[in-house]
Amino acid sequence: MKPSKQTNSSAAKRSLASLPDTAPASGLAELQRMMAEAVMRPLTTGEQMQPQWKDGRPTQEFVAGFIKPNDRLTSFDRLEIYNRQYWFRLIDCLYEDYPGLRAVLGDRRFFAMITAYLQRHPSESPLLRDLGRKLIPFLQDEPVWSHPHGPMAREMAQLEWAQIVAFDGESRRAATLKRLAGTPPDRVFLRLQPYITLLELTYPVDEVVIRLLRRDGKMRKEASNAVESTVRARRHSIANRVKPRPGWLLVHRLENSVYFKRLNEPQYVILRSLDRGASLEAAFMQLEELPSAAEVSPEDVQSWFRAWAELGFLVPASS
Amino acid sequence: MPANPFNGHTDYGIGLGLRVPHYRHILEQKPTCDWFEIISENFMVDAGRPLEVLDKILEQYRVVQHGVAIYFGSAEPLNRDHLRKLKRLVKRTNTPWLSDHLCWGSVDGRYTHDLLPMPYTFEAARVTARKIREARDYLEVPICVENVSSYAEFHVSEMTEWEFLSEVVELADCGILLDVNNIYVSSQNHGFDPFDYVNNVPHHRVGQIHLAGHSKFERYILDTHDHPVLDPVWKLYDRALQLAGHTATLLEWDDRIPSFDEVHHEALKANKFLRSKTLAGQPA
Repeated sequence: MKPSKQTNSSAAKRSLASLPDTAPASGLAELQRMMAEAVMRPLTTGEQMQPQWKDGRPTQEFVAGFIKPNDRLTSFDRLEIYNRQYWFRLIDCLYEDYPGLRAVLGDRRFFAMITAYLQRHPSESPLLRDLGRKLIPFLQDEPVWSHPHGPMAREMAQLEWAQIVAFDGESRRAATLKRLAGTPPDRVFLRLQPYITLLELTYPVDEVVIRLLRRDGKMRKEASNAVESTVRARRHSIANRVKPRPGWLLVHRLENSVYFKRLNEPQYVILRSLDRGASLEAAFMQLEELPSAAEVSPEDVQSWFRAWAELGFLVPASS
Repeated sequence: MPANPFNGHTDYGIGLGLRVPHYRHILEQKPTCDWFEIISENFMVDAGRPLEVLDKILEQYRVVQHGVAIYFGSAEPLNRDHLRKLKRLVKRTNTPWLSDHLCWGSVDGRYTHDLLPMPYTFEAARVTARKIREARDYLEVPICVENVSSYAEFHVSEMTEWEFLSEVVELADCGILLDVNNIYVSSQNHGFDPFDYVNNVPHHRVGQIHLAGHSKFERYILDTHDHPVLDPVWKLYDRALQLAGHTATLLEWDDRIPSFDEVHHEALKANKFLRSKTLAGQPA
């Protein structure tokens, strides 16, 4: 150990016992609220800090109340560095996580939409991975930002969030057919792996994403919010070129790569029913009311379950 | 001596930040590197590729965790869910110490995802120190706090930044991750002598040093981590080693990242300074 050196800390002169356990941080909290509000305020269209504060005062006057100027920068200039960094960082993050949604809306509308989204739903997680967690309900609640491509935009947002979940979501011990053998179907309860998402689509958004990724030569391989951009800049919406086509999709991962698996309607209905808590027997009964299941044979269903078991899709409901 | 309670009594040399563009090279070529620093938040996930990569790295290398989101300086309480995930990762990596920044970044449960500067007040020091102690007690690992680069100062500040850092680490009884590039950047932005900073922190608490590059603009300097280390920063590093002794040193390169070999070559320049301190023996 090196010998302790004398420091200029006044703390060394005081007993730690004098520290209040739950010191009210009123001054600190108030200062941080003021600064955070300024930092998180939207930029102007020229990507500058807004010149006018919300109460009509010049922003410079508000900011000068707590930020010191120096010989080169005003208080406004200094806070503007943080204001711009905030928006650039978060927008970059959503650009990288939602390339498909950006393609559906086009750059200009996507930018407007995520700016509105971040104002309505500031990040509530320390992890940037979670930044888009409320994007789907936002698009539902505020259709103006995705009009006239709202349904396609929502489905694309669902697919891109499903990719994030599949990339690093929780994995549980899979159910095996062997362990289920002999259990009456009305007492078999299974769920999907937590990293799996089922989607019922009216647009082939999975094909759109695959086309975009092929064109740009990259799949989601590393961490969400990776440094590299996944899709190069595009200005215009591709939405008018995508025609409605109903489909069912399962988003999963295998050997730590993300995959899309197309399902038919009966497969989707069985998996959805199981994941919602139905027994195996009840899930099969759902097929009886499904016209598209008329030609499904017991052998078909057995082969589906074999494949799902091999891929580890299903877990015991109690796990 | 490099080993101290704040870096888990370890004797680490020169490390590199583990970054995605280098994964393949590291996993396939297994280059020599004394240790890697990971960004904790990139691996605080439930499963999948990030943890697969981490586990492979852990089979071959020593790993130290560096965080960006505890926000010791935020007035609000620590995020318990975040700490729980962090502790799970600490158990996985067996990190000998853990670092995060002396900054704030969240208010009322909303996150800026930035490392915002502290007001240098006694109240802020008490709040911050209490949170560091709480985190250390929960995580059961030594904590070093890193000085951030900053672009703004507050009217309410009652002391210099280095006095504030000293105040916090003494109250919290924790270590310092001394980022000499951040000291240089802030000195240029705020007009102080960076050697005053390095000379006046409690050197026996320095558990680790960060090096990085920065970018000069017309009216300020930004901490961009996208360049080689510049001469003034090497001089500060040299001085820090004179005072703190041989210390675990890490090069950060986070943007426009060149090849692994190029980054490693830049980091190994620190050997010139570390060796001279080893030969000289005791710190000044």
